[in-house]
Amino acid sequence: MSDKVLMKGAEALAEGAIQAGCRFYFGYPITPQNETPEYMSRRLPEVGGRFVQAESEVASINMVYGAACAGVRVMTSSSSPGISLMQEGISYISGSNVPCVVMNAMRGGPGLGNIAPAQADYFQAVKGGGNGDYKRIVLAPSSIQEGVDLFVDAFELADKYRMVVMVIVDGLIGQMMEPVEFKTKVDVSTLKTPEWATVGRHGRDHANVITSLTLDAAGLEKWNLKLQAKYAQVERSESRIEEYQMDDADYAIIAYGTMARIAKTTVRVARAKGIKLGLLRPITVWPFPAKQLQAYAPKLKGALTVELAYRQLFEDVQLALCGKIPLGWFGRGGGVVPGPQEILAAFEEQFGKGR
Amino acid sequence: MAEEMKVIYERPRSWANKVTHYCPGCTHGVAHRLVAELVDEMGLLDKTIAVWPVGCAVLGYEYFTFDSVEAAHGRAPAMATGIKVTNPDNFVFTYQGDGDLASIGMAEIVHAAARGWPITVIFINNGNYGMTGGQMAPTTLLGQKTTTSPLGRTPQTNGFPIRVAEMLAQLDGPAYIARVSLDSPVNIRKAKSAMRKAFNAQVRGIGFSMVECLSTCPTNWKLTPVESMERIRKEVMPYFPLGEFKVAQGVL
Repeated sequence: MSDKVLMKGAEALAEGAIQAGCRFYFGYPITPQNETPEYMSRRLPEVGGRFVQAESEVASINMVYGAACAGVRVMTSSSSPGISLMQEGISYISGSNVPCVVMNAMRGGPGLGNIAPAQADYFQAVKGGGNGDYKRIVLAPSSIQEGVDLFVDAFELADKYRMVVMVIVDGLIGQMMEPVEFKTKVDVSTLKTPEWATVGRHGRDHANVITSLTLDAAGLEKWNLKLQAKYAQVERSESRIEEYQMDDADYAIIAYGTMARIAKTTVRVARAKGIKLGLLRPITVWPFPAKQLQAYAPKLKGALTVELAYRQLFEDVQLALCGKIPLGWFGRGGGVVPGPQEILAAFEEQFGKGR
Repeated sequence: MAEEMKVIYERPRSWANKVTHYCPGCTHGVAHRLVAELVDEMGLLDKTIAVWPVGCAVLGYEYFTFDSVEAAHGRAPAMATGIKVTNPDNFVFTYQGDGDLASIGMAEIVHAAARGWPITVIFINNGNYGMTGGQMAPTTLLGQKTTTSPLGRTPQTNGFPIRVAEMLAQLDGPAYIARVSLDSPVNIRKAKSAMRKAFNAQVRGIGFSMVECLSTCPTNWKLTPVESMERIRKEVMPYFPLGEFKVAQGVL
């Protein structure tokens, strides 16, 4: 596939994962991402892969853990409540240094919440969720095409750093249709089984063991320091941001994913009114592109964080920019998605007419 | 002194040369030994991946020379499923205790059995949570005192013990389900023969297999090793009868 095809987000992202070399998928139904496992169940057998419908998200992530131990490209997807159930497994996978990709089509919460688009799992994705000191790389596409492209990066980053890479989207990206092009096709026959994989010794002179257990406190601290060093390396090398209309901007909106997509319209509307507004869009929310934001601080009179959550992204923005420039915040929750005018009104309320 | 010397007993190749952490009189060592012997005898060392539980056998991977992974509590069958599906020709077994398998991991074991994919489960039933200090398990007998049933398990407060082998044998997925005991030489020999069938059910691709092993926990039962063996015969076997509960065609 090299030409553009019109696809639904949840299916295009699944195809993107397959093109990125994913051959194993384990999942459990939950709205709004059911088209992803459904697509995987059709497509994976066609490319020599396997789809397994697990008995729960708890089982899904532990099946992913098992397959990840075998060194294959493997993923699961779910939505907020299901991702909550996976936190145990994500912690174990992180603690054992094996790679996998997890996609979260975030929906309104807390609890059962609803199935409308939300970004309220931000803290869970970037700060923790499971037990222990661990990090995931968290990619936040704002279009279907970008999601498809990022899946290639997701699997490469997972393999490179032996980490969980999370792709966070929402029902809006999952349910809409856009033209999409699959630019990269990974030839899985070129992927080597890593030397650490538990695939049976088959002549190897030693046993491979994958565990997150280290009973000795000094030993576990040493292991944690290794993980921390890896995370520091990821923070130095892998943060990404999109800068939109920032060249002459006096003010910036800071937003990611679906919210950033809408905020782009706000930028255009504001500029038509003579407000020099731009958009800073984190593509990685962990590692958070703090340095890139800070580089803009001397040029900006203020920044408005906009999110489908209550001051979650804002916390990272504050850590990066607090005391440097005036910061404002606007968000909607529970699955309510604000339009471009509503965001502009919030901007004008907090920063005047931007002049 | 020209007598010819012959090796009649030796350490299995699958067994790492290590001292285990198990308590004196605990039958984990016996179950481990049987696994190691069978992996050797069936030529499986190079293609084996073991999935270890949370519980007393959490360090099981220290004692064997084949590949191992360490699962989260109760999740070994899910992890084994993920491993098996990536390399169906490999030999994948889980080794789980009764808290791990029959309590927190009940969903995973039931669905692994129902899927029927050829993985093997060695299930250690010693009637309590050994590693955490002897709390009540789903397999704790009525009247049995544990640290969380200090006056003895009662159905009114704690419900009834679960017979896992019989329960899973109701499903169509399993190829082989048996309950054995590790209390005596004769029963250990029978246990090995059951495990061989369970291993074979996987090797021959027939389906899911599980061997439940009645086991001792002298430390938490507060009995001597010999008394513990006797307790298995007198108190445990009447509730958890030995036998084969499912033997699919082709299982030898």
